[in-house]
Amino acid sequence: MSNTPTVEAVPHQRHGLAESLEIASLKVPFRIKVALVWLVIGGLLLVGFLKSGFDIAWMGDHAAAIVKAVWVTIAFSIIAIACAVGLALLGALGRVSRNPIAYGVSGFYTSFFRGTPLIVQLFLWYLALPQLALGLLPEQYATWFIWPAQVAGIVGIAFNYGAYMTEIFRSGIEAVPHGQAEAAAALGMSSGQQMRRIILPQATRIVIPPTGNEFIAMMKDTALIGLLGTTLLWADPFRMAQLSGKADFRNLEALIAAALVYWGLTAVFSIFQRKLEERMGRGYVRQSKAKT
Amino acid sequence: MTEPLVRVTGLHKSFGSLEVLKGVDLEIGAGEVVVVFGRSGSGKSTFLRCINFLEDPTMGTIEVAGIKIAAGSPTRFRRKQIQSLRKTCGMVFQQFNLFPHMSVLDNVMEAPRRISGDSAKDVKDHAMALLADVGLADKAAEYPIRLSGGQQQRVAIARALAMKPQVMLFDEPTSALDPELIHEVLSVMRSLAKDHSTTMIVVTHEMGFAREVASRMCFFHEGVILEQGAPEMMFDGSRLPETQRFLNAVM
Repeated sequence: MSNTPTVEAVPHQRHGLAESLEIASLKVPFRIKVALVWLVIGGLLLVGFLKSGFDIAWMGDHAAAIVKAVWVTIAFSIIAIACAVGLALLGALGRVSRNPIAYGVSGFYTSFFRGTPLIVQLFLWYLALPQLALGLLPEQYATWFIWPAQVAGIVGIAFNYGAYMTEIFRSGIEAVPHGQAEAAAALGMSSGQQMRRIILPQATRIVIPPTGNEFIAMMKDTALIGLLGTTLLWADPFRMAQLSGKADFRNLEALIAAALVYWGLTAVFSIFQRKLEERMGRGYVRQSKAKT
Repeated sequence: MTEPLVRVTGLHKSFGSLEVLKGVDLEIGAGEVVVVFGRSGSGKSTFLRCINFLEDPTMGTIEVAGIKIAAGSPTRFRRKQIQSLRKTCGMVFQQFNLFPHMSVLDNVMEAPRRISGDSAKDVKDHAMALLADVGLADKAAEYPIRLSGGQQQRVAIARALAMKPQVMLFDEPTSALDPELIHEVLSVMRSLAKDHSTTMIVVTHEMGFAREVASRMCFFHEGVILEQGAPEMMFDGSRLPETQRFLNAVM
C-alpha cells in the first residue's frame, strides 16, 4: 500500500454507472428536479384518468359552468372574510380587555365556535335559528331569522372563522412590545388612542400571514354552503359539479374540474398575499431591497 | 422657594410581596436637573415610572404642575387625571420605544396631533423645529429602523418634547447605546438643561454628565433615597459608605 495516493487514479478506479448518474444529477438544479417530479405525478394521474375512461370531451362541454361558478366562491369568501375580520377584531379587543363583559362574551364566542364542527354550525344558523326565533319572537320578527342557505352559510362561516381569527388577532396584539403602549401612554394618549394608532397598526402586520392562511381555508370551506341546499344562481363550483356530474354520471370529471377551480383560486391568492406582506414590511427593512 | 413643580410624598410601590419603594419623598423645583442613581434593583427606575403612573404606586401621592394624584383604584375619573398629568411629563426610555410603523416626523407629531388641539401647521412646524434642535431635521421622512441608536434616542427626546411638557423624565437614556453614540444623546440633554432650563429627572449611570449638569443628585438604596445633595457634595469623597462604594464602583 502506497501512502502517497495518486490524485488521478482514485476517481478512475471507482467510476461506475451509479456514480456517473450521481455526477450528472448534481448538475441539474434542484428546482428543475422538483418540477420534473410534479410533471411525473401529473402525468401518472392523467394516464390513470384516461385509462379509466375519463371523458375529456364531457369536461370541455361542462367545465365552463363549473369554472364560472367561481365568482360565487369569490363573492362568498370576500363577504365572509370581511365579517370575520370585524368579528375577530371585536373578539380580540374583548380578549385583551379588562372589562368582564367584553372578556366573558369574547371567551364564550371563541370557545363555542372553535369547539363545535363548522358543518353543525352551518345547520344551526340555517335550520335551528329559525326554530329558536319562532319560539321566542312574534312571527313578523321571527321571519327576520329565516335565511336563505347562502346567507346562513356566509354568516356561519364568518362566525366560525372569526372565532379562530380572534385568537390570531389577540396574539398579534400581544406580540406588540409593551414599550409601545407605554411610550404612547407616557405622551398622554388614551388607551383607545394607544390601541388604534399604535398597537393595532403594528399588530396588523403581524397577523397578515396567518389571516391569509385563514382566508385560503375559508375559500375552500365555502363549498360546504352547497350542502345546505342552494339555488342554481348561487351554486358554487362544488355544487355545480355535483349537479352536472350526477346528471351525466361523470362525477370524476366534474369533481376534478371543481377541485382545479379551488386549487387555482388558492394559488392566485397566495401570490396576492405575498405581495401584501411585502408592502406591509415598510418601516421594518433597513435597506430598500435586501438582495439574497 | 416657590411652589415645587414635582412633589412626591410617601411613595411606596410593591410588586406582589416585593417592596421596591419604601417611602420616597422628593420635591423638585422648576428648572432643576435631578440625577437619580443607585444600584440596579434600588428602585430608581420604578420611582421614575411612578411619577407618570406607568407604575401605579401602592401608597403615596404624586403632584406634577398642580395635578395631584394619590395611589388608588383605576376609576374612570382617575384615569383621566393620570392622562392629564402625563401630558405635563415627557418620558424618554432606555429602549427608545419609537413607533416603528411611522416616519420620524410622524413619531414626533403623533401625540400633539391627537391631543394638543394645535393646528396641523403649528404641530408640524414645532415638530420640525424640535427635530432641528436634536440635529435630525434631515431624517424627518425616515423610518426609525434606518437610524442609529443615538439618532433614535434623539428622536425620542424630540417626541417627548413635542407635547411641551413641564418636566422631562429620562429612564437610563444611554444604557442601550454603543459607547461612541452616548455623547450625542448626552449633549442634547445638556443643551436642554443649560440652554432651555428644562426641568429634568434623569436616571443614569453617567456620573460625568451628573457632575456637570445636575443641580441635585439622589442616591437610591434599597427603596429609599439614602442621600441627596449637589454634585460637588456627592463627589467630595465624604459620603455614607453605601454611596461611596457605589460611586467608586461606577467611576
